[in-house]
Amino acid sequence: MTRRLILLLPLIAFLVLAVFLYQGLSLNPFHRDSALMARDFPPFDKETLRDPEQRVDESLFLGQVTLVNVWGEWCPECKREMPQLLDLADRGIRLVGISYKDTRELGLGFLQDFGDPFEVNIFDPEGDLSFELGVYGAPETFLVDRDGIIRYHHTGYISPEDIRKHILPEVAKWQ
Amino acid sequence: MAVIRLTLAGLVLLLVAGLVQAGAIEVREFDDPVMEQRYRSLTASLRCPTCENQAINDSDAPVSQDMRERVYLMLQDGRADMEIRDHMVERFGNYVLYNPRLEGRTYLLWGLPALLVVLGGILVVLVVRARRNASARALSDEERARLDALINRGRTP
Repeated sequence: MTRRLILLLPLIAFLVLAVFLYQGLSLNPFHRDSALMARDFPPFDKETLRDPEQRVDESLFLGQVTLVNVWGEWCPECKREMPQLLDLADRGIRLVGISYKDTRELGLGFLQDFGDPFEVNIFDPEGDLSFELGVYGAPETFLVDRDGIIRYHHTGYISPEDIRKHILPEVAKWQ
Repeated sequence: MAVIRLTLAGLVLLLVAGLVQAGAIEVREFDDPVMEQRYRSLTASLRCPTCENQAINDSDAPVSQDMRERVYLMLQDGRADMEIRDHMVERFGNYVLYNPRLEGRTYLLWGLPALLVVLGGILVVLVVRARRNASARALSDEERARLDALINRGRTP
């Protein structure tokens, strides 16, 4: 009897391995766990895109749930997601932009051409604030709660479906 | 002749393509060879966050460039390798480490090979013992009688 069981061992091992590997097939290789979840928005002190005289820091996020969108004029996906962001602003959600590795001129031109859903844009020409946020490509969007803690991180283009399925429920959750 | 010329042209093209590729990743000068070695090993062991499987020393993605810059600056600043790795993980997540750290959720990953070796060893010991027991076991009366009969049949033709 035990001999029989031993003969079955390779089959059992194969089945365990097959189930394990089969699960791997449904994983999205582009998915990354955000390192900043449930952490404070990194401290910063930056000029705004519109006005070099005006400075903003992390206290910008206190008291209100905010969506922070990292964008650049050079990024085609950012242009495509602008209508969705304008729609979010129309729903009364507060948006703050980070102008990532742009010149002022290009950044302002972008807002002129594609609309401006942002309450304010943080000017980050060297990308050092974005580096602190672990941004590895625009567009990326963070949800910051009223205590200035990062609660959600969306990497890449936001589709209208993403708005419905992920962004709106997350905003509602932390509001 | 034409074939040779074509082959040569192809080789030159390949060479130029290689040079262009190499131009995308900046060369850094180090006074200290130890520092240079650390820079090389750090940038080879950190994985580019936008790429599927490329170290930051091999990738011309903008984020890899920024990460190399940060590694360089932190080395100049006298930070330890461990600190630099932690700095990157804090921002870009565990994904950037080619060698996952030993922690709760990676015990299985690190432990499984050792566990399999131990299990294999136990299996070998068991099999060898079983074989040895089987061959050393005395023959039963019936088997002995059959064996004698066979031997006798060979002797008396």
